[in-house]
Amino acid sequence: MMKYSNTQLSWLVILRIAIGWHFLYEGMVKLMNPNWSSVGFLLDSNGLLKSFFYSLASDSSLVYIIDMINIWGLILIGLGLILGFLARPACIFGIILLSMYYLSHPPFPGLRYAVPSEGSYLIINKTLIELLALVMLFVFPNSRFIGVDRFIFKK
Amino acid sequence: MKRRDLLKGFVTVPVLGAFAYAWYKKRSYERYLKKNILEEIQLKATAPDIPASGPMDKQIRLGLIGYGLRGKHLAQAAGFAHPELIDSWIKNGFENGSDNRYKEYLEQEDLNLVLNGVCDIFDTYGRMAREAGANIYREGSGGKMGPSPKRYKNYQDLINAKDIDAVIIATPDHWHGPMAIAAANAGKHVYVEKPMTWSVEETYKIRKAVKENNIVFQLGHQGRQTESYFKAKEAIDKGLLGKITLIEVTTNRNDPNGAWVYPIHEDANPNTIDWKQFIGQAPDHPFSLERFFRWRCWWDYSTGLSGDLLTHEFDAINQILGLGIPHAAISSGGIYYFKDGRTVPDVLHTVYEYPDRDLSMVYSATLASNRKRGRVIMGHDASMELGRDLIIKADPRSSRYEAKIKEGIIDPALPLFSYSPGMQNVDAITSPTEQYFAGRGLLYTYRGGKRFDPTHLHIKEWLNCIRNGGTTSCNIKQGFEEAMAAHMGTIAYKENRKVFWDAENEKII
Repeated sequence: MMKYSNTQLSWLVILRIAIGWHFLYEGMVKLMNPNWSSVGFLLDSNGLLKSFFYSLASDSSLVYIIDMINIWGLILIGLGLILGFLARPACIFGIILLSMYYLSHPPFPGLRYAVPSEGSYLIINKTLIELLALVMLFVFPNSRFIGVDRFIFKK
Repeated sequence: MKRRDLLKGFVTVPVLGAFAYAWYKKRSYERYLKKNILEEIQLKATAPDIPASGPMDKQIRLGLIGYGLRGKHLAQAAGFAHPELIDSWIKNGFENGSDNRYKEYLEQEDLNLVLNGVCDIFDTYGRMAREAGANIYREGSGGKMGPSPKRYKNYQDLINAKDIDAVIIATPDHWHGPMAIAAANAGKHVYVEKPMTWSVEETYKIRKAVKENNIVFQLGHQGRQTESYFKAKEAIDKGLLGKITLIEVTTNRNDPNGAWVYPIHEDANPNTIDWKQFIGQAPDHPFSLERFFRWRCWWDYSTGLSGDLLTHEFDAINQILGLGIPHAAISSGGIYYFKDGRTVPDVLHTVYEYPDRDLSMVYSATLASNRKRGRVIMGHDASMELGRDLIIKADPRSSRYEAKIKEGIIDPALPLFSYSPGMQNVDAITSPTEQYFAGRGLLYTYRGGKRFDPTHLHIKEWLNCIRNGGTTSCNIKQGFEEAMAAHMGTIAYKENRKVFWDAENEKII
């Protein structure tokens, strides 16, 4: 198993908590808003996978499932990261969700979106950076040192 | 287990406490704002009350006069879409998964109608109208069809047919009056497209015929069914805008189709079109395909921007504020872009005065710029922008909201109240992203209300009054007001003078 200095470990855990906090809040906001639906976001898709995301939006029962996956996925991933509880699976599911968000709205030249973006992006955006940060957390696991996983994955 | 282990395992748990605390603070601040705003505006956060329809047991036997652009849509809204239209919906649905038009059409309520007669003076449209009328199973080409309605070559014969109770009239403007009058006199219920009349004289005659024959009359302003207009009326009746002194309504189009330069059908020629019947009360003119298909461009058959587009705006405002016929009107404009031989203006501004209500209504139209100008009702305390959605913003200089603006509870830059039809709840505060989607029409109503075609609802309301009594929302009184207001605007433009309404004698002077 990897060995970290205290400084390295602290900053890895802080990064994990920050991403977890963000996921948890995004999930809670959607949970508490009865009007929230993924449809608007899906229908704003562009790029190579546009038709795939459009087809998801066209079926209302499918939209319901996607909404539930988003809401509870975000909340559970957020809790997992903050508590360090099954943090590595949480990283994987987080990467999958973020890659969906990224691929539906890739900031490539020539693609435009109705969703206003708060910054300036070319190919790399904050979604992708958050995704890469989760990859780093996966590659440098830390919940077995600091987190509930300490009890689950005993040496 | 060692104490050190426990500590390292649960050290991040307090983060959840911090999250819960921050969450609670944020939510309670939002609740505080919302509560204060709702207390101030006293506008219920629910969809407006729209009266329900009665039973539809009795089948109504329908006749349709005119199967052009509008006639096709009316037939579809009544449940008689042409098989080829359905073919195109199915094809588009395959190519684009989010194109649900066929599915939505299948879900459109059956209004218990039978289309017994159709009339169009262009043979191809007459044939197509029969095909649409037979398509009672809502299938594409080659599907199972019902009996075809009879095609009449003359509208009089359709109106006098014994197996027709009610007629929908979707002809050029100069035929609205004569046909509606004839139908009313034959005891048939009438749904006529807007504008109600082409001349001032007809306006009195049609009112007389509708009243004397006691028929159910509906003017084709389907905007009457727009959900947000009901909510707008509620907000204005509650005085949220304060004293209203100015209303600004607009038309902003910028393409040949929007300027009435419609395609000319390849089958059309003097043998397939009954030109004499087309002319009717209009001045005689040699056969012209342009005039037949693009009739809105000539005063001979049309009422121009006033009748075609101003009337929609006027009627929307009349529905919300009950303004009635204006005291005075002035107009100006010209043919500035489409110099294609038309006689009606492509840029027009009409100003209506309502001195007894202390307000002006300004209509401004261009057919050569698509810049969105919207429809705005301006009051001293707030202004209301009305489209598919309704947005009320407090005025920064409002007296009523002054204290709450100072306290930071009301932000004049954000909507004080907004309403998107179909949303389950109405929020005093909605996120900018939600507003953005709603404004672009991207926000489908999958959860809340279902999507409907307002024309379908407008026809349904008319049929409901035929079956169960009651008054249509755009009945002869509103029609009379709509027609007179439009004529005042037209006369003011043509004669280049200020025109007045003599309310006592019911005359334009």
